[in-house]
Order: sequence, then C-alpha cells, then structure tokens
Amino acid sequence: MADTKIIVNCETGEVTEVALTAEEIEQREADRIAYEAQKAEEATNAALRAEQKAGLLARLGITAEEAELLLS
Amino acid sequence: MATTFEKIATATVGSGGAAYIEFTPIAGDWTDLALYVSTRTTASAVGGNDIISLNGSSSSFSGRRIYGAGSGTPASDTITTWAGFNDANNATASTFGNSSIYFPNYAGSTNKSYSIDTVSETNGTTTYMGLAAGLWSNTAAITTIRLTPDSGNYAQYSTATLYGIKKA
Repeated sequence: MADTKIIVNCETGEVTEVALTAEEIEQREADRIAYEAQKAEEATNAALRAEQKAGLLARLGITAEEAELLLS
Repeated sequence: MATTFEKIATATVGSGGAAYIEFTPIAGDWTDLALYVSTRTTASAVGGNDIISLNGSSSSFSGRRIYGAGSGTPASDTITTWAGFNDANNATASTFGNSSIYFPNYAGSTNKSYSIDTVSETNGTTTYMGLAAGLWSNTAAITTIRLTPDSGNYAQYSTATLYGIKKA
C-alpha cells in the first residue's frame, strides 16, 4: 500500500513524491470511513424513498407510469 | 477576444502508487482552471470514485449528478466531494477512468462552481459515464486542488494535468 502523496508545485512545475505522515494516514482513514458512511446513508435514504413510493402507489392502486401521467 | 489555454503542471503516478495528487500553490493568474485526469486505482473493484478537496477543505460541497452504467435507466443524485469515476484493479488491464473538471472564476470572491464530465473504461458489462455540477460554498480563491480515490491508491501511470484558461 502506497503511503505516499504526489505534490505538484504549480509555481515551478516540480513534482515530488512525499511519504504521508502518521497524522495524514490517520486522516485518510477517517476520511474514507466518513465518505463510506455518507454513501451508505444516501443509499439507505434512496431505498427508503423507493419503499415509500411503492407503498403509496399500492395504496392508490396505480402504476408508476400512471402516476407520472397524472403529474405531467 | 483572445483566449489562452496554458498547461500549468502535470503529475504522473510512479510504480509505487500514490494516496493522492495535489496541485499547490495555484496562482491567480488565469480566469478559469481545467483539470484533466486519467486515473486507475489499486482497489479490488472494477471502478471507483475520485474525491476532491479544495484548499484543504472537504466541507461546504454540494451538487447534482446524472450518470449511466451502459445499460438500464440513467440515474441522478446529489453529490458532495465526488469528482468523477475511475477504473480500479479489476477493470480491463491498462484502462483508466477519464475526467475533466472545469472551475470558472476560480480566483474570484464568490462561491466556487465547477462542472465534471467523466467516464470509466473497461471491456466488461458495466461502465459508467456521468455529468455533474458542483458548488463549493466558499469565497476563497482556489489555491490547492487535491484528488483522492475513495478506495485504494492511485496506480502507476495515472495522470493529472492542470490547465489555466485566460481571457485576454
């Protein structure tokens, strides 16, 4: 696993490969966990919304296409 | 009106891979910025996502995205720091995801908008393409851009090139 970063100095064009510090490695892991949690929350919300939509259509006794037609 | 499109700098990932690629410091010499990236990661997946941070910040990002997978119905959703699709270790060998990110008025004193045009590439059953509009609700001039894969590290030969666009 590469614990390095690539820094591009835009003033000089110099590209350097630098080892991550212990703090940066910890932060990277924290960022990864936070991003995964955020994506999981989004997926949960999308699934919940789809479930609510399906339940509503069932109660109304119409299809999704018929609902779209009503709203058009 | 004459317009210039000038390469500021480019980075190519070496054999050891890299956790992220960062451009800094970015001078306010241009009107707009364009970042072109070609990325593949070491993650055990077909593809993944590039994540952006600006000036070291990963907060106050919002946006909308539409995307398709080559089959089925295209979808749309909200984004925060998403910056495009990449190829990962299980994609067809030597293929890369490609993205362009455009930052208009990056050095101005208003919130920073940007657009993303991205595709992944593999000769499999599923590959992605997407378009997104993003907003960083921060009035600071953009002086640092960092791209990080959401999983694994950037693999060898991944590249990122930053261009400055100047309106004369």
